[in-house]
Amino acid sequence: MLGLDKRDATLLIIVTLLTMFAPFILNPFPEGSAMAQFNAGYPDLMQRFVIFGIFAVGFNILFGLTGYLSFGHAAFLGVGSYSAVWMFKLLSMNVVPAIILAVIVSGLFALVIGYVSLRRSGIYFSILTLAFAQMSFALAYSVLTPITNGETGLQVYNDDPQYLMGPDSPTVTNLFGLEMRSTYTLDMGPWSFDFNAGYYMCALFMLAAVYLSIRIFRSPFGLMLKAVKSNQQRMNFTGLNTRPYTLAAFVISGMYAGLAGGLMASMDPLAGAERMQWTASGEVVLMTILGGAGTLIGPILGAGFIKYFENIFSKINDSVLHQWFAFMPDGLEDFMVFIIHPFIGKGWHLTLGILFMLVVIFLPGGLVEGGQRIAAWLRSKTPGAKDETTKSTEPAE
Amino acid sequence: MGILEVKGVNKRFGGLQALGNVNLSVKENTVHAIIGPNGAGKSTLLNCLVGKLIPDTGSVMFDGQSVLGRAPYEINQMGISRVFQTPEIFGDLTVMENMMIPCFAKRDGAFELNAITSIPSQKDVVEKAEAMLVDMKMIDKRDMHAAAMSRGDKRRLEIGMCLSQEPRLLLLDEPTAGMARADTNNTIDLLKQIKEDRDITIAIIEHDMHVVFSLADRITVLAQGTPLVEDDPQNIKGNPKVREAYLGESA
Repeated sequence: MLGLDKRDATLLIIVTLLTMFAPFILNPFPEGSAMAQFNAGYPDLMQRFVIFGIFAVGFNILFGLTGYLSFGHAAFLGVGSYSAVWMFKLLSMNVVPAIILAVIVSGLFALVIGYVSLRRSGIYFSILTLAFAQMSFALAYSVLTPITNGETGLQVYNDDPQYLMGPDSPTVTNLFGLEMRSTYTLDMGPWSFDFNAGYYMCALFMLAAVYLSIRIFRSPFGLMLKAVKSNQQRMNFTGLNTRPYTLAAFVISGMYAGLAGGLMASMDPLAGAERMQWTASGEVVLMTILGGAGTLIGPILGAGFIKYFENIFSKINDSVLHQWFAFMPDGLEDFMVFIIHPFIGKGWHLTLGILFMLVVIFLPGGLVEGGQRIAAWLRSKTPGAKDETTKSTEPAE
Repeated sequence: MGILEVKGVNKRFGGLQALGNVNLSVKENTVHAIIGPNGAGKSTLLNCLVGKLIPDTGSVMFDGQSVLGRAPYEINQMGISRVFQTPEIFGDLTVMENMMIPCFAKRDGAFELNAITSIPSQKDVVEKAEAMLVDMKMIDKRDMHAAAMSRGDKRRLEIGMCLSQEPRLLLLDEPTAGMARADTNNTIDLLKQIKEDRDITIAIIEHDMHVVFSLADRITVLAQGTPLVEDDPQNIKGNPKVREAYLGESA
């Protein structure tokens, strides 16, 4: 199907179903129940899941295939966002030109940074990309204020030219009139599910991004990128020039990041310098490694995992904990809250850090390896079961 | 005029004269062995031929064209393939993938952005790689990880990868170093087979005299960075200069 073999096609279908039914899957708990705060099915967060999914999938093309660890990928995300917001300011609130320009500009930016940084490999490459990204951040924050609006962040004002804006064009981001923020809420008894236009647009972009990534992984070009990671010496002595291969991978992954940045601005027409900061670059590295670098599905899992933690765990506070442990005697209740307190709310980073360490130490292949191990364990548990039936639940690659 | 002509090559590392005025001519379709004691400059010479090192003075001509100043991948595309002392293969990839990479390099050149086509659809490359695996008697290891194979198999894979590029000159750097006797004999048989079946020139650096005398048509003895003798194998064996270089003056 679509030039994919059976295994990859299955994977793509699973991802498609998961993203299309995400509003149901992410809202399993009825409104108003004690568990409702674990629901992640609200538009804002769902958009972030798929946008960071795109970002991580693109990062994985560089890091997972070639092994070049870029510590500056947030710069491309930021450049994409700025380009998109400029399109809103100059043309209209239609997202199409914004996304196109975001991808082009970040691709050009990646070409320049990649051309210089890829002269070195290993830690020196990482440091060079980090330096470039921090320079971009500092420039956006101060010197380039006319373009980036400095620390206020770039946004759309009433007196912006917006040359393509008709008298009755929507004043919020839209896709040829379909407003990104428009949401249809389906109430089913105590449950409620949100279907948001912006989310579905981003989800379609993510599916296209995943499809392209699968094609690249399975192409001769992808094979060459894996060869770069495996043995550059042999590549050179096999008549292959590694530089254009790594540069092409760098530009492609930069364009993915630009797409993610453009989509972010399309959901909320703002762009700030902090999007380019090194913590943002580090986050995509964490996502990719946590999910499983070099695997097709890992980066998306990692992105979802981290964004879920960031948004859900950080919302749990002491009063919620007291509710949970209310059944305990007073002293014990306070003690439990005291123990758990550092790991929740603002302390969600601590929980994430511990989980990250556990994954890296015990599951070097990330969450995907975890899934594979569980699948293998299940298979050994049920000797009668055919291989084919369990394979479909195992995340491919 | 040989296919490979090395003239007056000098290479100095600080105070050490690694190569001193080396002249070497390798005739087409022969096996030329370069032997010499440790530190004689054999590997330095080889590195100068493939672009890994640039000689201080002198010229290296391959088929009438200078190789000096060209990147290793360019020299390879001219038709020189190199087999390393420790097999250099793509350990993380499967045997079949290893074999397809040089086939793509031969067909598409140093760079090709083939990002959307799927590998199985490239039938010419797949068939060529499979045929080479059959030739190398390793088609049964097709889907194995290359790093998991024995030293002898890795060596055979590396030679096969070089051959699938259809090079005119094959450089072998101690192809049997660190191998068990059986593996060594297999490698000798393989190289003999290659010499018989293909129009190919082979330059080989080797310590093992058994290997050298089973294969070489012509031998150059290198000592302290300078060619001592160049002659046919039967004359080299009895040459007193060679004995002296290997065993020292007292012998």
